[in-house]
Amino acid sequence: MAAQLALLPMAITVLGVYIGTVLWSLRISFSSSKIFPTNDFVGLAQYQRLFNTERWIVSLQHLVVFGVLFIAACLVLGFLLAVFLDQRVRGENALRTVFLYPYAMSFVATGLVWQWMLNPALGIQSTVRSLGLPGFEFDWIVSQDKVIYTLVIAAVWQASGLVMAVLLAGLRGIDEALWNAARIDGVPRWRYTLSVVLPQLGPAFGTAFVLLAVGVVKVYDVVVAMTQGGPGNASEVPAKFIMDNLFNRANVGLASAASTVMLLTVLALLLPWWYGRTVQSRREVRG
Amino acid sequence: MVRTTLKHLALGAALMAAATAHAQKADVIHWWTSGGESAAVKELADAYTKAGGTWVDAAVAGADNARAAAINRIAGGNPPTAAQFNTSKQYHDVIAAGQLNDIDAVAAKEGWDKWLPKPIVDSIKVNGHYYAVPVNIHNPSWFWYSKSALQKAGVAGEPKTMDEFFAALDKLKAAGLVPLAFGGQSWQEWITFYSLLLDVGGKDAYLKFFKDHDVASVNAEPMRRTLAALKKLHGYVDAGSPGRNWNDATAMVISGKAGFQIMGDWAKGEFGAAKQTAGKEFGCFAGFGPSAPYMVAGDVFVFPKTSAKAVIEAQHKLASVFTSPATQVAFNNKKGSIPVRTDIDSSQMDICAQAGVQAMKDPARQIANPDMLMTPDMVGAVQDVITKFWNGNQSVDDAVKALQGAVKG
Repeated sequence: MAAQLALLPMAITVLGVYIGTVLWSLRISFSSSKIFPTNDFVGLAQYQRLFNTERWIVSLQHLVVFGVLFIAACLVLGFLLAVFLDQRVRGENALRTVFLYPYAMSFVATGLVWQWMLNPALGIQSTVRSLGLPGFEFDWIVSQDKVIYTLVIAAVWQASGLVMAVLLAGLRGIDEALWNAARIDGVPRWRYTLSVVLPQLGPAFGTAFVLLAVGVVKVYDVVVAMTQGGPGNASEVPAKFIMDNLFNRANVGLASAASTVMLLTVLALLLPWWYGRTVQSRREVRG
Repeated sequence: MVRTTLKHLALGAALMAAATAHAQKADVIHWWTSGGESAAVKELADAYTKAGGTWVDAAVAGADNARAAAINRIAGGNPPTAAQFNTSKQYHDVIAAGQLNDIDAVAAKEGWDKWLPKPIVDSIKVNGHYYAVPVNIHNPSWFWYSKSALQKAGVAGEPKTMDEFFAALDKLKAAGLVPLAFGGQSWQEWITFYSLLLDVGGKDAYLKFFKDHDVASVNAEPMRRTLAALKKLHGYVDAGSPGRNWNDATAMVISGKAGFQIMGDWAKGEFGAAKQTAGKEFGCFAGFGPSAPYMVAGDVFVFPKTSAKAVIEAQHKLASVFTSPATQVAFNNKKGSIPVRTDIDSSQMDICAQAGVQAMKDPARQIANPDMLMTPDMVGAVQDVITKFWNGNQSVDDAVKALQGAVKG
C-alpha cells in the first residue's frame, strides 16, 4: 500500500502530463487550428493535406534511408569499439571517455564544425586539394543526392560511443570461464566472439536499438545545425517539418497530424520489442 | 491602536507605491539579442524608462522562438505587455482570435493615418483598428557590392538595369571571383526570389502573385522570366553556398572575394563591424534606377488583450514612446533600419539609409513585402517550391505548376 502511495505522484504525472498531452495533440490534429488551437472538427482533412504535401513524403523517405544506415552503422561500429575496449587495453578509461564524448556534446555546436569540415570551399575538399591533389572531390553536403549520407556520418560519430558503452556493459557481464573453455577446445577468438559472445548480447543490442530508433524518429538538431534541410529539401526530416509548421508557419493542426503519425511510427517500433521482452521474461520466470 | 493605524497607513502607502510602479511596468518580448540589436533595443528601453516606465526585458533568442513564446503566453493566459512580430500577417490570426488590444487612442492622438507609410498601415490596421506599433522599416532586397571586387573585374559602375547586373556578374566570373555571395538556406533563396520578381518581373507581376494570389499570373511571361533569371543566377554562386549563413556570405563581399550579395539592410551591421563605410569600401542599391520600388518590411510590437487598466496604460505609453521622432532616430541608427516616419533628421545616417529615407518619401515607390501579403502558411508553401527549384534540375514549367499549387492554398 505504502509503495503504491509513493508511486502515485509518478502515476499522476504519467497519466496527466504524458498521456494527456498526447491525447490533446491527437484532438488538435482533427481540428483546423492555425496559430491557436481551436475546438472545431474537420475530420481527417489535416492528414489528407499532410500526405498530399510533397515535403512530408520526401521527409519520410529521408528518415527511412537515414534510419537504416544510421542504426546499422552505429551497431557495427559500437560493437567493434566495445570488443576492442574489452581486450583490457591500456588507457581504457581515457579511450572510453573519448568515444563517449561526442554524445555528451550538443549537436548545435558540433554540427556547425561538421558543416565547415564538409563544406567543399572550406573543409576537407579544399584542404586535400591544397595539399597537392587538385582532382579530389568530397562535396556530398552540397549534393542533393548525397547530403543525407553526411548526416549519417555525423550522427554515427555522435551516437556510436553510446552503443559502445551499452555493449561494453553487456560484454563485462559474460562469464570469463566460457572463454577459457573455448580456448581449451582450440576455438579462435573471432569465432568465439561471433558464436558465443554475440548471442548473449541480445538484450544489450535490443536496448541500443531502441535508443537509436527513438533518436532516428526525432532527429532534428543534426539537420538544423548542418544543412537546415537543404540543399533544397534534400535533407528534410519529419521532426523539422513539424517544428516549422508548429511555430514558423502557424499551422498547429497540420503539425499535430504529423506528430501523431510520428507517434504511431514509434509505437510500431517499440511495441514488438516490448512484447518480445514480456514474453521472454515470462518464459524465464516459468523457466 | 495608533500604532496599528500607522502600520496600516504605511502598508497602504507601500501598496500604493507598488501599484503606481506596477502601472508603468512593461513586460516586453523581443528577439533582439545580437550585439548591435541589443544596443538598439536598449534605446527603446531607455526611452520608456525616461518617460516614467519600468522596462522588464524578456528577450528570447531567435525570431521563431520569441514568437512561439509570445503565443504560448497568450494561449496560457499570462500574456506579456507587448510582443515583437514582423510587419506581416504573422499576428493576424491573433487579432482574429480577439487576443490583441487595439491602440486606436494612441494612433488618433499621434495622427498615424497622416504620416505612416501605407504598406505599414495595411499590415497593422485591421477592420479599421490599429493593432500594432511599427518601430522600423527594413528592406530585405538590397544589393550590396564590394567596390574593390568590381574594380578588379573591370566593372565600370553600379549596374542600372538587370542586364547590366548580369553583365557585371559575367565580368566578375571571368576575373576569377565569386560573382554572387550566396547563403543557400531556404529563407535566403526566398529573398532572392521575391527581389527578382520585383526587379525582373515588375511591380504588377509582383502584386498579382503575392497580393492577389492570382494563379493565372504564375504562368504569365513576367513570372516565367523571373524564374529563368533565378535559375540563371544560380550559375553565379560558388560550390560552397548550400547551407551557408547570410553573414558568412556578407563576409565574402567584405573581403572582396565576392562581388555582390542580395540581402536585407541588416547586412550593414556586418560591414560596420568590419570597419567599412558605405560608399567607400562597399556600395548599395535597393533596386534598379531612380524610381525603383522600395520594399517595406520591419518589426512591430503587438499588445495582448487585457482589461487591467494599468497594463493598458503601459501599452499606450509604449506605443507613443516607440514612435516619437527622437526614439525613432536613436533606435534605427543602431538597428541599421530606417525610421517609420520621414519627418526626422537623416543627416546622421549612412548613405544607404539616406537613400532609403529618400525612397520612402515617394509613396509610389513603397511596396509591401510578401510576408505582409501572404499568410505564413502560404509563404511556407511557396518557399518549399522555390528551394526545390533553386537547388534541383526542375524546369520552369514544373516550377510554375508547383507555384500554382502553392498559391491555390
